[in-house]
Amino acid sequence: MDDQRKPENLITLTNAGVKRGGRVLVEGVSFSIARGEIVTLIGPNGSGKSTTAKMATGVLKHTMGSVSRKPGLTIGYVPQKLAIDWTLPLTVDRLMTLTGRHGAAEIDAALDAVGAAHLRKAAVQELSGGEFQRVLFARAMIRKPDLLVLDEPVQGVDFSGEVALYDLIRQIRDRTQAGILMISHDLHVVMAETDTVICLNGHVCCRGTPSAVKTSPEYLRLFGERAGSALALYEHHHDHEHHDDGCVVGAESGHEHAHHHHEHEGHGHGR
Amino acid sequence: MDMLLVWEAPMFGDFFSRALIAGVGLAAVTGPLGCFVVWRRMSYFGDTMAHSALLGVALSILLSINMTFGVFAVAALVAGALLLLQKQNTLSTDALLGILSHASLAVGLVIVGFLTQVRIDLMAFLFGDILAVSVQDIAIIYGGGIAILAILILNWRPLLAATVSPELAEAEGLKPEVSKIILMILMASVIAIAMKLVGVMLITSLLIIPAATARRLSATPEMMAVVAAVLGAVAVVGGLFGSRSWDTASGPSIVVMALAIFLVSLLVPTARLFGRREHNGA
Repeated sequence: MDDQRKPENLITLTNAGVKRGGRVLVEGVSFSIARGEIVTLIGPNGSGKSTTAKMATGVLKHTMGSVSRKPGLTIGYVPQKLAIDWTLPLTVDRLMTLTGRHGAAEIDAALDAVGAAHLRKAAVQELSGGEFQRVLFARAMIRKPDLLVLDEPVQGVDFSGEVALYDLIRQIRDRTQAGILMISHDLHVVMAETDTVICLNGHVCCRGTPSAVKTSPEYLRLFGERAGSALALYEHHHDHEHHDDGCVVGAESGHEHAHHHHEHEGHGHGR
Repeated sequence: MDMLLVWEAPMFGDFFSRALIAGVGLAAVTGPLGCFVVWRRMSYFGDTMAHSALLGVALSILLSINMTFGVFAVAALVAGALLLLQKQNTLSTDALLGILSHASLAVGLVIVGFLTQVRIDLMAFLFGDILAVSVQDIAIIYGGGIAILAILILNWRPLLAATVSPELAEAEGLKPEVSKIILMILMASVIAIAMKLVGVMLITSLLIIPAATARRLSATPEMMAVVAAVLGAVAVVGGLFGSRSWDTASGPSIVVMALAIFLVSLLVPTARLFGRREHNGA
């Protein structure tokens, strides 16, 4: 809003959290996503990444803080994995209109944009992991979403597939200027284009640009020293300066006890 | 020629054609709805709801309310109870289904035993009596069937999206929980209108077998729904004529016919014809 690069905030979370049955799933989360901006949520299993994403998209009602969304916000969702049973006959063509009506020309264009036009008539059960992921991107993009939510987008894709998918995400961002919310537990891989990385472990542990987070003591404490050295950033035509948020470690001053507790939980997950 | 004689025999013509009309009408509904049962792996769930129909019959007589409504209400209640119990996260769904299924059947049978003042043909409720279908029954089947199909068609996209991926449907603004409830209500309705025709023990077979057969012959969900309806109708017609020719029980004959079609379909390698990649050529 105050920055020229952020003409319009699609989603803003302020100190948001969800408490369910007396248990805090996640709390004190603040971030916003503007058009063309990429925010990555990173953290171990059970750290509240999915809860935070659901809270942001409105699937889950926040019980603490505030969440605001641009009115009429269209969301495109790329699931982590989609196991479609053989009993359900589904072609790529039919998958494209799963949640909305779209014409043949739109379908062709969306598949073409991800290089999957030749798969239009294929049954989804026949696709390889990488092909299916591309088709799922096309399916989400055909909705012309303001915000694209990617749940572990490179899960189960081999290294070259990973690079290709990150390329695709970048192209989508550049072409459509959609905001992108990415969820990842793969700590080794974070897109360099990510504007803000948010490390979660029941609360926000640290945040900032990928390079700032990589060296943050909070990040290293959460994921172990090894993770820091292994965190790979996919660099690509870095043509703009990141505004450096640094690591907002101080934001957790009120959560000392909770923090300790979460760290305890996180022990088994460090890799 | 034999069939034509049967068709035109004055003794048979009336109730036999009523049975045909009723059965084909039912198949048109169980085909598409059965696809969802197969896709969502709800066949044991459907069985449980069907078994509870006998409890519905018993309670309807006990409270002297409309039987179709009574069966619908009990089946819907059992479905609701299962949803609530599932959220408790104690026993597995499998065990819960086993308990609800047989408990409701047993309670129904016990209550029927107490109803000494009314004579109940238990076999008719367990295995159906399609040849005893009245014009009024046909009106209920077609009225209810058209309503069920209309709800199914109007909600098709969200229902299918919720079946493919509840998370995806939810993230893109649909309500998969509502879809689940809609499907349960539709299943309770189908059981209520189908019970008299094929009986509580065989209802789920009309949902599952035509849909399972249609899978091999279909490339899209919509095609599978239509093919299942057609195959179900063929099973009804074939089964009824078979039961006439060989003097076998009508309900089971329809199911045997559906099974025969399913077995034949296994020989047809049609699934290979669909879903080809263009660059694969052959």
